[in-house]
Amino acid sequence: MTNNPIRKERFVKWVLVVFALSSLLFLFLIFMFIFFEGLPLFHKVGLKNIILGFKWAPTKGFFGIFPMIVSSFLVTFGALVIGAPMGLSCAIYLSEYSGKKMKMFLKPALELLAGIPSVVYGFLGVVYIVPIVRDHIGGSGFSLLATSIILGIMILPTIISISFDSIMSVPKTYREGSLAMGATKWQTIYKVILPAARSGILASFILGMGRAIGETMAVIMIAGNALKIPSSILDPLRTLTGNIALELAYATGDHRLGLFSTGVVLLVIIMILNYIANFGIKRRT
Amino acid sequence: MIMDIKIAIRRLRVTFSKNEILKGVTVDVYKNTITGFMGPSGSGKSSLISIINRMIDFEDNVRIEGEVRIDGQSILDGGHDNVELRRRVGTVFAVPIPLPRSIYENIAYGPRLKGIGDRATLHYIVEDSLKKAFLWDEVKDRLGISALKLSGGQQQRLCLARTLALKPEIILLDEPCSGLDPISTAKIEDALSELKKDITIILVSNNTKQIARITDFAAFFYLGELIEYDATEKLFTTPSMKKTEDYIQGKFG
Repeated sequence: MTNNPIRKERFVKWVLVVFALSSLLFLFLIFMFIFFEGLPLFHKVGLKNIILGFKWAPTKGFFGIFPMIVSSFLVTFGALVIGAPMGLSCAIYLSEYSGKKMKMFLKPALELLAGIPSVVYGFLGVVYIVPIVRDHIGGSGFSLLATSIILGIMILPTIISISFDSIMSVPKTYREGSLAMGATKWQTIYKVILPAARSGILASFILGMGRAIGETMAVIMIAGNALKIPSSILDPLRTLTGNIALELAYATGDHRLGLFSTGVVLLVIIMILNYIANFGIKRRT
Repeated sequence: MIMDIKIAIRRLRVTFSKNEILKGVTVDVYKNTITGFMGPSGSGKSSLISIINRMIDFEDNVRIEGEVRIDGQSILDGGHDNVELRRRVGTVFAVPIPLPRSIYENIAYGPRLKGIGDRATLHYIVEDSLKKAFLWDEVKDRLGISALKLSGGQQQRLCLARTLALKPEIILLDEPCSGLDPISTAKIEDALSELKKDITIILVSNNTKQIARITDFAAFFYLGELIEYDATEKLFTTPSMKKTEDYIQGKFG
């Protein structure tokens, strides 16, 4: 090492640059890996037969994952239906209504919610949600409904924290201006604050969707994993992530490649969601 | 000349957490005048404003004692409708930030909240308010553009116009010209001088020259106390307190 302070600064900067770029490198490697393993099968079987095929029998040469794509979107949408209103309400409460003490209590609780391992959520689902659905609503309990409820809870921290930040970043003067013009607090929230924070709130929903569609462990435990498109919210289903996790342990040959193809589709969907959240919505404002 | 009292403030004491912001202030604000509140920062003048429009309700840990009456009616007792009050008492803030909407929608916002939905009425209110705020001629051809695209001076007049759209009896202006150039300031002052025919105006300002120019009565606050309150002419020519004189002459503040 040198004692020249300018060179020292430069050295520190380059070390940091290298580490910063390494995260990009990992991302790149993951893409390369998934695509190299997954793409050959697309070539062999055909894109259409995979993403629009209904039959998944990988040992017999059928690699249709269309039901899983639909199922993944269904649980994601279901999670949003449950998580979005709850999360947004919570974010509004935290930012506009709660006092300092309540905030100090709720924020760490939410962070804890985000830190709970997904297998624990799955456990909760199996022990409570599934039996409740089975006994009170119908079906086997392992269902789209139960999965949506659990995923809805799991995406709460994402939705709340990002919505909360975007609501808090609405200038105080908007609130004052609206209140001073004789608006009530609630009128101010839905006429001024929520429209002003709209892009951040939408981004939080999309990122929540990204989390829901990628969730695996909890989903396997409560979705029932049946290979068909569910015809009601009480039917079991299998998601893209579930498919990979369930079968990878014993899959060989083309079967294994089929799972990587599933991964490719999943990765593309998540990339699109992230792109929408980061560029489509946030940058527009 | 006997004048009607619009706002009567009696022994008003305001405490934030443990800080006493106003230490027993008594002031009468007369109807259809411009009354100036001046004083260095921390004198409590802005807090006084936030009592009159009850915006202070949105702060935590505030204790208020004393009496404030508008047209003889107390606004401090719990049974009062503060939303209704804020429609009667308009406020223009120091930093003119319009809502992120069009010029038209900024002004129609308040009337719509009151339940006015008729287009013709809204059009009339928007035009009338903009004219009274001396802004109409500059924006009449582009009412649909975002209010955030206007210049600072125009935005402040827009904020005045949106307050006027509520047909308030009282307007409180909290250092409305602190960030504005002299020409914009002059336009606001002209507008205020016209408006006092129908409206009681309270102008909070650090700018003693502005207070001297356009107010009828002036009050000087210092560290939460009302030092002197008198007709503006009298206060600026022969102040009875040494502190007032020093402040007016710019010796501190």
